[in-house]
Amino acid sequence: MADVQQTAGVHGVMAEFADATELMAAVKAAYADGYRQMDAYTAAPIHGLAEALGHDDRRVQKLTFIGGVLGFLGGFALCYWTSVIDYPLNIGGRPLNSWVAFSIPTYETTILLSALATAGGMLAINGLPMPYHPVFNVEAFRKTASSTGFFLCIEATDPRFDLARTRVFLEGLHPKAINEVNA
Amino acid sequence: MLDHAKEEVPGARYIAPGHNFGSISDKIAGIITGRTPFSWFVGFLIGFSILQLLLVALTYLVFKGTGIWGVNNPVGWGFAIINFVWWIGIGHAGTLISAILMLFRQHWRTSINRAAEAMTVFAVACAAIFPIFHTGRPWLAAYWLFPYPNSMALWPNFRSPLIWDVFAVSTYATVSIVFWYIGLIPDLATMRDRAKSPISQRLYGIFALGWRGSAIHWQRYETASLMLAGLSTPLVLSVHTVVSFDFAVSVIPGWHATIFPPYFVAGAIYAGFAMVLTLMIPMRALYGLHDFITERHIDNMAKVTLATGLIVFYGYCMEAFFGWYSANQFEQFMITNRMTGPYAGYYWALIMCNGVIPQLLWSRKIRTSVVPLFAVCMVVNVGMWLERFVIVVTSLHRDFLPGSWGMYYPTVWDWSTFIGTMGLFLTLFYLFIRVLPMISIFEIRTLTPAAHAKGDAHHG
Repeated sequence: MADVQQTAGVHGVMAEFADATELMAAVKAAYADGYRQMDAYTAAPIHGLAEALGHDDRRVQKLTFIGGVLGFLGGFALCYWTSVIDYPLNIGGRPLNSWVAFSIPTYETTILLSALATAGGMLAINGLPMPYHPVFNVEAFRKTASSTGFFLCIEATDPRFDLARTRVFLEGLHPKAINEVNA
Repeated sequence: MLDHAKEEVPGARYIAPGHNFGSISDKIAGIITGRTPFSWFVGFLIGFSILQLLLVALTYLVFKGTGIWGVNNPVGWGFAIINFVWWIGIGHAGTLISAILMLFRQHWRTSINRAAEAMTVFAVACAAIFPIFHTGRPWLAAYWLFPYPNSMALWPNFRSPLIWDVFAVSTYATVSIVFWYIGLIPDLATMRDRAKSPISQRLYGIFALGWRGSAIHWQRYETASLMLAGLSTPLVLSVHTVVSFDFAVSVIPGWHATIFPPYFVAGAIYAGFAMVLTLMIPMRALYGLHDFITERHIDNMAKVTLATGLIVFYGYCMEAFFGWYSANQFEQFMITNRMTGPYAGYYWALIMCNGVIPQLLWSRKIRTSVVPLFAVCMVVNVGMWLERFVIVVTSLHRDFLPGSWGMYYPTVWDWSTFIGTMGLFLTLFYLFIRVLPMISIFEIRTLTPAAHAKGDAHHG
C-alpha cells in the first residue's frame, strides 16, 4: 500500500520533448513498457499520436450519423404533421403529403442535427468545457503547451504507475524536462 | 501537382520557409497582443460610421413600414431580395474554402480559411437583415418564418420556396458559426495562454473551454472537423440552390429556368472569392502576412474566381439562347427587353463586369500583382450585384400584360439600408481581426516539419 500513499495528490509525471518525432518515440516506448493511462499534449494535431497511445475512438462519426437520422425523421415529421394532420390546407391542388417539397426542409434539418450532434458530441466526449485540469499546474505546460511544447503525461491511475520508477523510466527517454503534476 | 511528391511535409510550400511552432504563434497572436495599428482605427471608424446609416434606415422602416422603399407594382421584389442574394452568395466562398477544399486536402486553404469563414458568418448576418425587415414588422416574422406552435394555430406552408429558404439559410448560418467556433477553440487556447490582461485571459479562457491539446482530444477534434466539412459541402451547395428556387419555382419569364441552381451556386462562389480577395489583399499588406498568404494563395484564389466566372458567363449565354430557343413570345420578349429595354445599360454593364473584364485573370501577371487583381475583384463585386438587379427587376417590370408595365425606382432608404449593411460587415470584420486570430494558428503549425513524426506510417 506504500504506492498508494506515495501517489496521493499526484496526477502524474510529465515529460517535455523537443518535437513530434521525439514525443512519438516516447509514447511508443511508454506503451511498449505497459503504460496505458497516459496522454500526450501538443499545439497541433500530430497524426498517429492518439493511435500510439492506444486510442482509436469512433464515437464522433456515430453521433454524426445518429444526428442525421434524427434530423431526417424529425424534419419530415414536422412537415407531415403540420401539413397533413394539424393544418391541412389545399395549396394549388397539390397533395397534402407533398413529399417532394418537404424533402428540402428535411434535407436542411438532417444536416443541421448532424452538425450539432458532431460538434456537441465531440466536445462532450472530450469532457469540454473543463475549466480546471491538473496538467495546468505545471508552469512549463501553462506557458508553452498551446504554442511550442510537446508533453507526455503518465497518470497516477495507471496500475504500473510508481512515482519514482515512472520518473526514472521517463528520464531514460531523454526529455527536455520532467515535472510532477499535482492533482 | 508535380512538386507535391517532393515535399517532405505536405503543404509546406504554402508558407515561407523557416517557420516553426513558436514563430507562427508569435506572428499571428502578436497581431492581437501587440499594438493596434493606426489604420485599424481609421478602417473601423469608417465601417462604424456607415453602420449608423443602417440603424437609422431600419429604425425609420419600423416606424413607417415598407412604403418607404421603392417596391410597388409591378416590381414587388426590389432591393431587399437583390441585397439578400448578393450577401448570401458572398458567404459561399468561406464555406467552399473551409469545407470543400478541406475534403480535397488543398493545403493552401489553411492560411485563408479563418478569415473566409468569418466573412461567411458576417455576410450571412448582413443578408438576414433583408428578409427579416422586409416583413415590415420583424417582431411578427417569427410565426411567418418559423414553425412554432403559435396561438393562432397556424403553420408555415412547407410547399413554398420561401420557407425552404428560411430552413436553408438558418441552417447555413448555424452550421457556419458552429464550424467557425470549433475551428477557433485551439487558437483561443493559445490566446488564453498569451493574453496579458486578466480580463482577456478570462474571456479567451472561457471560450477556449479548457482546451489543453490532448492527443486523444485532437483525434476526435479532427474527426469532427472532417465530418463538419463533409456536412457543410452539401449544405453550401443546397443554400444557393434553394435561393434560386425562390425564382425558378415561379412562372415569371427570366426566372423560370432549370439552369438557375448551378448558375446561382457558381455565381455565389464567384462573388465570394472576389470578396475574399477584396478583404485579403489589404489585410495581408497592412499586417505583413506575406509569409502565410503567399503569391500561390493569391494566384489560386484568382484562378477559382476565373473558373467560376466562366460558369456564370455560360449561364448568361444560356439564358439568352433559351430566350430564343423556347419559341415562347414572353421568354423572347424578356431577353430582348433585358438587352435593349430601359434597363439595357445595367445588363451590358453586367456583361462587362462579370463576363469581359475578369478575362484579364487568364494572365498570370495580373493574377499575381495585387493592385490590378484587387481592381478586377471590385469589378466582380459590382457585377454580381448588377446580376441580381437585372434578374429581379427586368423580369418583373414588364410582365405578360403591357397595361401593367412600370419602372422600379429605389429610394434613398433602399440605398441607405444596402450601404448600411456594408458598414455592419466592415465593423464586424474589423472587430474580428482585432480580437481573434485572423489566420488559423494551429493549422499553419501542421505545415511545419515539427508537427510530423519522422519515419511514421501516418505521415501525410
